[in-house]
Parts: sequence; C-alpha cells; structure tokens
Amino acid sequence: MMMSEENELSHHFEITGGDFGNAGRTSTSIKEILQEIGIDPSIIVRAAIASYEAEMNVVMYAQRAVLTLSITPEKLHFRLEDEGPGIENIDMAMQEGFSTATDEMREMGFGAGMGLPNIKKNADEFEISSTPGKGTSLKITICLDKTKKK
Amino acid sequence: MKEYFHSIRIDTEKCDGRMKCLRVCPTQAIRIRNGKAIILEEKCIDCGECITVCPNGAIVPLTDPFGELTKFRHTVALPSPALYAQFGREILPEKILSGIKKLGFDDAFDLAMPCGEVSFAVQEFLREYNGPKPLISNVCPTIVRLIQVKYPSLIDHVIPIDTPRELAAREIKKKKSKQLKLKEKEIGTFYLTPCPVKMISIKQPAEKGKSHIDGAISISDIYGPLLSAMEGIEKGSYRKALESICILGIGWAMVGGICRTLRLKNSLAVSGLFEILKVFDDIERGKLRNIDFVEAYSCTQGCVGGSLTVENVYVSYNKILKLIETLEFEQIKACPDIREVRKLYSQKYFFIDGKLEPRPLEPLDKDLAKAIKKRKEKEDIYESLPKIDCGACGAPTCLTFAEDVVRGEAELTACVFNLPQKFTELSEDLSELINKSSFLGQAKSSTKKTRKKGKTIK
Repeated sequence: MMMSEENELSHHFEITGGDFGNAGRTSTSIKEILQEIGIDPSIIVRAAIASYEAEMNVVMYAQRAVLTLSITPEKLHFRLEDEGPGIENIDMAMQEGFSTATDEMREMGFGAGMGLPNIKKNADEFEISSTPGKGTSLKITICLDKTKKK
Repeated sequence: MKEYFHSIRIDTEKCDGRMKCLRVCPTQAIRIRNGKAIILEEKCIDCGECITVCPNGAIVPLTDPFGELTKFRHTVALPSPALYAQFGREILPEKILSGIKKLGFDDAFDLAMPCGEVSFAVQEFLREYNGPKPLISNVCPTIVRLIQVKYPSLIDHVIPIDTPRELAAREIKKKKSKQLKLKEKEIGTFYLTPCPVKMISIKQPAEKGKSHIDGAISISDIYGPLLSAMEGIEKGSYRKALESICILGIGWAMVGGICRTLRLKNSLAVSGLFEILKVFDDIERGKLRNIDFVEAYSCTQGCVGGSLTVENVYVSYNKILKLIETLEFEQIKACPDIREVRKLYSQKYFFIDGKLEPRPLEPLDKDLAKAIKKRKEKEDIYESLPKIDCGACGAPTCLTFAEDVVRGEAELTACVFNLPQKFTELSEDLSELINKSSFLGQAKSSTKKTRKKGKTIK
C-alpha cells in the first residue's frame, strides 16, 4: 500500500504466474475497494472485468507482475508491469479469437482469445507495450466523469 | 439509513456476546456492543446463518404464531415442498396435507404442482430470452437480497418470473373468494416455511410489489403438532398417494431440483452462501456466459437445509431424491398441462409485479474525494491494528473495525491491543498528575509551615 497525493488512493497488487489457486483475488479486492468508496456499479463491472482479464493473463503466461491501481475523483488508472515472455505480435494479440493458450488452459475455460480485446473494450484509454523475452506493460484508464463515460 | 424489515431478532436476555454469530455472518452485519450482539439492518440479508450457530438460542426468527389464523374467515396453508422431506419414507405429501388440515387450517394446498408450472414458464422465458447470461433463479429471497446488496450489476440477470408460492397464493385468493363469496383479504394464506427469510419476502418483497401471502409459520413450530395430527390418519394406497406428486415440482425443495426440470445444456445448481459468492464473482467477470441458468440457495442443499427445518439436511435431501427416483421408476408423470401453462404465459400470468432495484451499501462518503480520503484513513488504521481478527472490539475483523472507526461508529480505543499504549499514556498522565499534586502538596505544606511558624512566632 502506498499513499501519494491527498486525493489519490493507490494500491499495489502482486500477481504470481501459474498461481491458479489465487487467481481472481486481485480483481475481487479491487471491486471491494471501488464499492466501498461508492463508484457507480456499471463502472465497477468494467474495472472488475478489465482487471480480471489482466490478472489472468499474468497467471497464465507470465512469471510475476505488479498491478498498480490509482484512484482519483476523476479516473481509475491501472498499470500492470509483468516479467514474462512478452508478446511477439501485439496487433495479432489484440484480435478477438487469437490465443496462444495451451489445451489445459482451454479446458479450464480460458484462452478464448478475448483477454486483451476485452480489456480494451472496457477501458476508456488503453496502452500496451511489450519486449519479447522480458515482459509486457499495460496502462488502462477508466473515466469516472459521467460526461466522458463510454 | 433506510428502514429495512428483518426476520431476525436478538433476545438480549439470552445473548451473552459469545461472538459465534459475529464470525459466521457473510455480510459482516453483526457487531457486539456492550456485550450483546446487534444487527446492522442495512447489511443483513436474512440468511439465517447466525440463528444456526448461536449456542444460546438468542437469535430468534420472526415467524407468525398460530394465533394469526383467527384473523381470517378462511385459512389456507401452503407448505414449502421442504416440509415433505421432514418425515419418513412412508409419509407422503397426501397424508401431510390432511394432517395440516387437522391442525386448524381450512385447506392445505400442494405447492409442487405450481412449482412444476413455473418450471415450464421458466423454459418458455429462456426460449425467447437474449439478455445477459446466465439467468439467476429468484426462488431464494436471500440470494435476491445478496444480489441487491453486493452484486448490483447482476440485477438484470435475476429472472422476472414470480415464485410458485406467490403465484399459488394469488390464485387461491382469487378462486376461493369467488367460491366462498368472501373478500380476498378475508382469506388468509400461510406459507409453512423452512427459513426465516421468506417472512421478509412477504412483509417487504424485494421487488417492492405486494405479497399475496399473509404470513409464514415455521416448519419447526408445526412439526410436533403435525406429527401427532397425522397419527390418526388412515394410510391410503401408496400408489395413489404417489400419483398426486408432481414430479417436476417436488425437486424444488433441494438444490438442483429446478435445473433438472429445465433440460438445459448448461445450467448450474449452487448452494451455500460462500460457494455462491465465488459463482457470482465469476458471473460478474463474464466467465460464465455459456451458462443459461443458475439455481442458487443460501442454505446448504437448498430449502431442505433451511434453519427452521427439523430433519437432518442430508436425510431430507435423500428423501426427495428417492421420491423422484420412485416416481421415475413407477413411470408416474403427474405434471401440469404444458399447453395450459403456455397459454397463461402468453397472458403474462407468471411475471413478477414490480422491479428489482439495487440496494448498494452506503459508501464511506457520498462525496468521492472524501470517500477516497476516508478509505486511506481506514487503511492507515488497519495498518496499526494487530490483524488477528480477535473480535474483542465487537467487529468481526480488524478491517471492519477500521471501517467502523472511519465511519464514526466505533472508537479506536475499543481495540484491546491499544491497551498497553493506553496504559503508558495513562501512567504518563498519572505521574504528571502526581508530580503536580506533590508539588502542590509541598507548596501547601510549606504555607502551612509558615503559618505554623507564624503562629509560633505569634
């Protein structure tokens, strides 16, 4: 937990690759925080889906990651930095239905190739960059200002 | 805070603050204040978990006493199918219904048949439905309240088909009032309930409509008298008694009972609140979109596991299961006429009155910037706490305690782990006080001395 500015609430969540047993905890914690401070339910759903998909990507493909959530009265900002294989072709990964998931992952109901596109769909701003062999970085913003709502 | 009706009361005479309820409450709605448990109305979803764990029987379900019957000119009992599971194999619904009539009801009405009708209606609804999936059953009022409070985004998943008990009560009032030339309000409909939450769904329906049921009587209250009432009833033909049981509806008493009547490719049957939380989390994340229907009960194994039942939940679950197997084996397929149900469905007969609205918990502050600030305060306080969730402060966990402090509902000093610090502070204050008073004392005594001296001088 880290406190910065007066109006900003900031949290760090550590996610471990391959830890399917605890998968989903981060997005559940995020949902609880957002409910407690009274964020609109429709925005909570978007934040929960986006953070869950991001979390699952780490669990399935990476070694570890830190997800930082910053909340201000204007927006929710997520920053995810992972250590992992990275993504060779981002354009391809952003296509619905594209997936490098193994059969085991598909058995568990993952790997439908909807992860990244789903995150983008639920975000107002979306930024992704990756270094193959090193890791992936993801930045997502969801606006709280009703006039800018998606 | 809004006013909510609850079907659970705490008997302060009996409560000795043993905290079992505090720990088991799934929505953290209980606190211990001045050695007694209290319920936070806004958070309670009436699941009845606290009733089951209280060692002193101090948590009392509010159901109706038998005396309520005298308020009506004609009374009809509607037993939950879970009642059928309370007795041995040989005692079938037919006998149970005649037993109920001997207890003083003018009539007893079997709910398995309307359950079967609703199964058909749900099938119809699913056929033309293209909204968010999965649809969630509304038959357990605790689940409906859980969604209102903790999963407001799932409100649109809740099926808008009314429950069998409500539909049956509506129909009975309509028919009986014509038949007996009475007003609808002169006919009392009483649900024989396996759990306290049905009481609230009667007094305060989640959809804000009006219930057609006039009261709820606990199965555990009626069990003894009913057992004696049934003693004198002659045993009819077993086969004939079986033939009156609706095979589609009887299973509604247990988890999975609805799903098996729907014949869907993908449906889930879940029971037990903590399991349901996991499933609802997955639905919220969009993980279960390939599931058409979720049947969920707050009590383990469904209504047969209600806190107001008598028989062991696994024994009663088994009785219903065996009954269904027997009906299948004997090829008894008593069930409602599907064409009739379709006709009624097209007339909107099955749809619920009123709309389900979310009932989210009060945020830390209505102003977002202030709420963020308070959340930070809460985290700071939490960091200073021992994090062992001992409950001595009266809150179930250190985290809820931190929240109570931020909301101004508890004092930080209520944490026993603050005692050593409190003692240090107190002892510092005390020694300061002693220093002051001894200084004053010296000053006083010196003045005395001088006086004395003065006296002696004089």
